[in-house]
Amino acid sequence: MNRTVLRLACIAASLALVACEDIRPPRSAYKHDRVEVEREPPTAGATGGVPQDGQPAAKTAGFVPPDHDDIPEGPFGDMVRRGRDIFVDTGTHAPEFVGNGLSCGNCHIDAGLLPDSAPLWGAWGRYPAYRSKNQHVNNFQERLQGCFRYSMDGTPPEQGDEVLVALETYAFWMAQGVPVGAVMEGAGYAKDFEPPEPPDYARGEQVYAENCALCHGGNGEGQQVAGKYVFPPLWGGDSFNWGAGMHQLDNAAGFIRANMPLGRGNTLSDQQAWDVAMYMNAHERPQDPRYTGDLAETRAKFHDSPHSLYGLEVDGRLLGQGVQ
Amino acid sequence: MPRTRKWLPMTLIAAGAFLAQGASAQTASPEVIASKGDGAIVACATCHGSDGAGTGTFPRLAGLNAEYMRRQLEDFTNGRRENAVMQPIAEALGEEGWVAMSNYFADMPVAAASGPVPGEDGSVGARIALRGAWNRQVPACVQCHGPGGIGVGEDFPAIAGQPAGYIVAQLKAWREGTRSNDPLELMRHLAAELSDEEVEQVADWFARQSPVPAGGTQ
Repeated sequence: MNRTVLRLACIAASLALVACEDIRPPRSAYKHDRVEVEREPPTAGATGGVPQDGQPAAKTAGFVPPDHDDIPEGPFGDMVRRGRDIFVDTGTHAPEFVGNGLSCGNCHIDAGLLPDSAPLWGAWGRYPAYRSKNQHVNNFQERLQGCFRYSMDGTPPEQGDEVLVALETYAFWMAQGVPVGAVMEGAGYAKDFEPPEPPDYARGEQVYAENCALCHGGNGEGQQVAGKYVFPPLWGGDSFNWGAGMHQLDNAAGFIRANMPLGRGNTLSDQQAWDVAMYMNAHERPQDPRYTGDLAETRAKFHDSPHSLYGLEVDGRLLGQGVQ
Repeated sequence: MPRTRKWLPMTLIAAGAFLAQGASAQTASPEVIASKGDGAIVACATCHGSDGAGTGTFPRLAGLNAEYMRRQLEDFTNGRRENAVMQPIAEALGEEGWVAMSNYFADMPVAAASGPVPGEDGSVGARIALRGAWNRQVPACVQCHGPGGIGVGEDFPAIAGQPAGYIVAQLKAWREGTRSNDPLELMRHLAAELSDEEVEQVADWFARQSPVPAGGTQ
């Protein structure tokens, strides 16, 4: 990745945000005071809103998603509600496609509505898009299939399956008013920050014990009640697999800093977020379904990034061996 | 467990102070203490009911997690949970009494809700309970306290079937700082964000939930 280009783009994006601060509603207003979306003026280096995989674009500020109470009655609203139910409790509403103990809502807080938690309204308008992950243009349903294959460690529904239609309908409903192709402020995870020091396993272990183990357990196993996970497992056989986006340190650090501990987002430092992201992702999890049979080859082919620990040795363990 | 390590010194101090007074540990059985009391210890049933179901601002104890209750008794004696009624009782019970009484009430059977159990009924209470108020960084209550508030482990107590007055009192205690034994300040933070109306309505919603989970526990 070209760091200089990334930095310049980030600076351009922050300048643009500063310039239109007066039209940006306070973040705390989200969900209550509906405002019209404001387009930013074109910015040098921006992509004109067309998503370019791997390249940052200028961000469009000020989207306030609708409320669940705004879901209309009738067949369309019924499909929105079905999508929401699948999203927040995937194992109950789409069990045949789920291979672990997670739900979509575990990594997309507030049923996919929350900024900086990869909200669905931030993703909907950015597809179809070219993805370097599979090297072709993906429509939105194919992108959702990727979630099932990696994050949910399952077998994706076929395109056109009602589960995908429902999720797509839910995303479409909440993205009303988002300009097509726009990169919205609060979309994805806020991962454009680096730790002061390189992430460290031992420091991450301490951050984990003090801030995370309470809910996710001492061994990342999560907590269940009445046979269902209340707190999701972070590694091990019931968690996301080695192909999921959350196994990448920048995604995990961005998600954690903004959202964890639950309800106490932005209380960890940049360093703590990176350290604990590394600690979490330096544990074994289900194998990447693209595994070729050779760890080094699979790393070279699919994990050739400083943000992936797959195929590397950390704390005396060779990672990427997979676990059932 | 880090928690055990953390509390060990406190426990030793408390136990030491207790022994220094020359008092003997309570000798009556948990059943007797619960129903009749023991010296300075008022019978638990006086306020919590003979079925341990609680009433008004007095909580249900029946079926709660034992370690959670033990820790509350300990915290009544160290100021992390201020309560003029419970402080002398917890001090008189002593460390062994905390364990004995907590185990006794954890094993006490708990009845299912007698009335209709509200779900996503469009009320303010249901909204806070099931969805939270994320624009104020308030998670849904059930995200930590489990479906319907039936409780998760030793750190997230059951709030299903707790008397509404008790839940209101606790949320206000978190807000006012008279209760400060919440891990990671999770409760203090969110109690400060909720309005009085939200507090009352969410308390009412959980008071009417069934303490017994559908399909049983496992």
